[in-house]
Amino acid sequence: MAADYLTSLPRRWVTIYIPLIVFLIVLLFPFYWMAITAFKPDAELMSATGNPFWVVQPTLMHFRKLLFDTAYPTWLWNTVLITVSSTLVSLAASVFAAYAIERLRFRGSRQVGLGIFLAYLVPPSILFIPLASMVFQLGIFDTRLALILTYPTFLIPFCTWLLMGYFRAIPYELEECALIDGATRWQILTRIILPLAVPGLISAGIFAFTLSWNEFLYALTFISASENKTVPVGVITELVEGDVYHWGALMAGALVGSLPVAVLYSFFVEHYVAGMTGAVKE
Amino acid sequence: MASVTLSGIRKSFGATPVLHGVDVQIDDGEFVVLVGPSGCGKSTLLRMIAGLEETLDGEIRIGDRVVNRVPPKARDIAMVFQNYALYPHMTVRANMAFSMRLAGRAAAEIDARVNDAARILGLDDYLDRFPRQLSGGQRQRVAMGRAIVRDPQVFLFDEPLSNLDAKLRVQMRTEIRALHQRLRTTSIYVTHDQIEAMTMADKIVVMNAGRVEQIGAPLVLYDDPANLFVAGFIGSPAMNFLPGRLAEGGAVVLDNGGRIGVASTAAKPGQAVTVGVRPESLEIAADGLLAEIVVVEPTGADTQIYCTLAGRDVNVVSRERHGFAPGQGIRLRVAPHKALLFDADSGARIR
Repeated sequence: MAADYLTSLPRRWVTIYIPLIVFLIVLLFPFYWMAITAFKPDAELMSATGNPFWVVQPTLMHFRKLLFDTAYPTWLWNTVLITVSSTLVSLAASVFAAYAIERLRFRGSRQVGLGIFLAYLVPPSILFIPLASMVFQLGIFDTRLALILTYPTFLIPFCTWLLMGYFRAIPYELEECALIDGATRWQILTRIILPLAVPGLISAGIFAFTLSWNEFLYALTFISASENKTVPVGVITELVEGDVYHWGALMAGALVGSLPVAVLYSFFVEHYVAGMTGAVKE
Repeated sequence: MASVTLSGIRKSFGATPVLHGVDVQIDDGEFVVLVGPSGCGKSTLLRMIAGLEETLDGEIRIGDRVVNRVPPKARDIAMVFQNYALYPHMTVRANMAFSMRLAGRAAAEIDARVNDAARILGLDDYLDRFPRQLSGGQRQRVAMGRAIVRDPQVFLFDEPLSNLDAKLRVQMRTEIRALHQRLRTTSIYVTHDQIEAMTMADKIVVMNAGRVEQIGAPLVLYDDPANLFVAGFIGSPAMNFLPGRLAEGGAVVLDNGGRIGVASTAAKPGQAVTVGVRPESLEIAADGLLAEIVVVEPTGADTQIYCTLAGRDVNVVSRERHGFAPGQGIRLRVAPHKALLFDADSGARIR
């Protein structure tokens, strides 16, 4: 029996634990490297001797440099502001789009759905050229608004597609029943559909948050002033001077920058998994 | 409470017609069952009465009001769905109160009505549970409770029992029937199960392929079907059909030469007919048509005997206990007034 095959201990090692451990090492080693580098004094970092995988004398000097000698706190604040705004804008737009495509059954709804998906397939490296021209003409070049308005161009298609699948899983009868109960479309959306789609909303939200938090290309091209930069761009552009890499500060910046996302994930991980795998449980 | 009048209802989905002109009159306080095989249009008709499907052709009246263009919420109806359609994120209480809260009723009134409905349905102890914490029968009751609290003109039921197991189905059948006797609200009930139709209805509407085949009280449909479809659909085990030709002297001659005496009829001698006989109308006698026994199924109260007669499968239900064996020949007799005649081509009843 399959269960016996998997439950005998040596087999379980071969089939489950060893592959999992290999996976974990591959996935987590970069984070480990980032973390120890952030706490290593420069001398230890550059030394050719000693164990490179451990910190002998941990130091906070890189963090001090980051927080007091660079505009890092401003970048962090920019990133939070831009990410939260673009995520909220995208989620709101996606909820309406996905609900309309899935449930209002207007002529051409399937084509619109497909079109939105195709829009997601256009790579940002092509899109940023026309977008840049639009950003210039709107007069929002080098402002946070430039990013708040351009991030939804890839967030909305993604979230819409994800929410469409989620709305589809909610039985039609619930809406019809609400219709007979006297609910308007708006009440059906806010009182029936959205409460049931909370796991879907959370996964879409986390995805949107992560994508815009880590976004690099638009942030690099649409922003030039240091006080408007986001964390990924600021760290790369201001902590690499010519061919001098301030590794400690770079890694400290990356570490601090990845913490909010990690916290967010751990907070919602159950909802997130349910959103990706589960349908509505009646 | 109100009557419901359907006249000349037509409907098609794209190029596929599903209803070809349906006329039904449902009186105030009546319990009407729409029954038919799947795809006959009965659910579509119900959804049109609810306002969930557009009615472009024909007229639907609830009471004196034409409701063709009235949205579902303004039709003063309540509907119970096959999968109950309970709101999974709301408690039983919130589910039942939802429509009244949308209508902006006072909290005290909502409370009183919900408690009232819960008491009628025996749901008092479950008001603060969520639908997922209830059994199938309880969910079914909540769905009915949600309909009751609204005190509507008409109850609509869309195959409400088909998700329940057999035992519970029989129990809920009785409960719905008892509820109707208590509330006397006009009810329209859709099912594909003719036993449900027979046991629950004041009036049955038999539908087939988008048409109404016959409307009548359960026993009228059973004893006096208008055509072959109704005759075959209503009743379990089903009516036996034997093809033959009407001969002079009030008898039908079967393919094998056997004769069945029939009551006086409008059919002409020589006309091709189908004779319909209920299984319990076939008597085992010393003389009569010769049949060969295939299977004998004693159920205790009666015995079902499957046999072949003139090359046809024939089902006999006998209250007596016989020591028959498969392969044995028996002789069957029908009283002339129990043999119904149908036109062999159109299937229409010949009286």
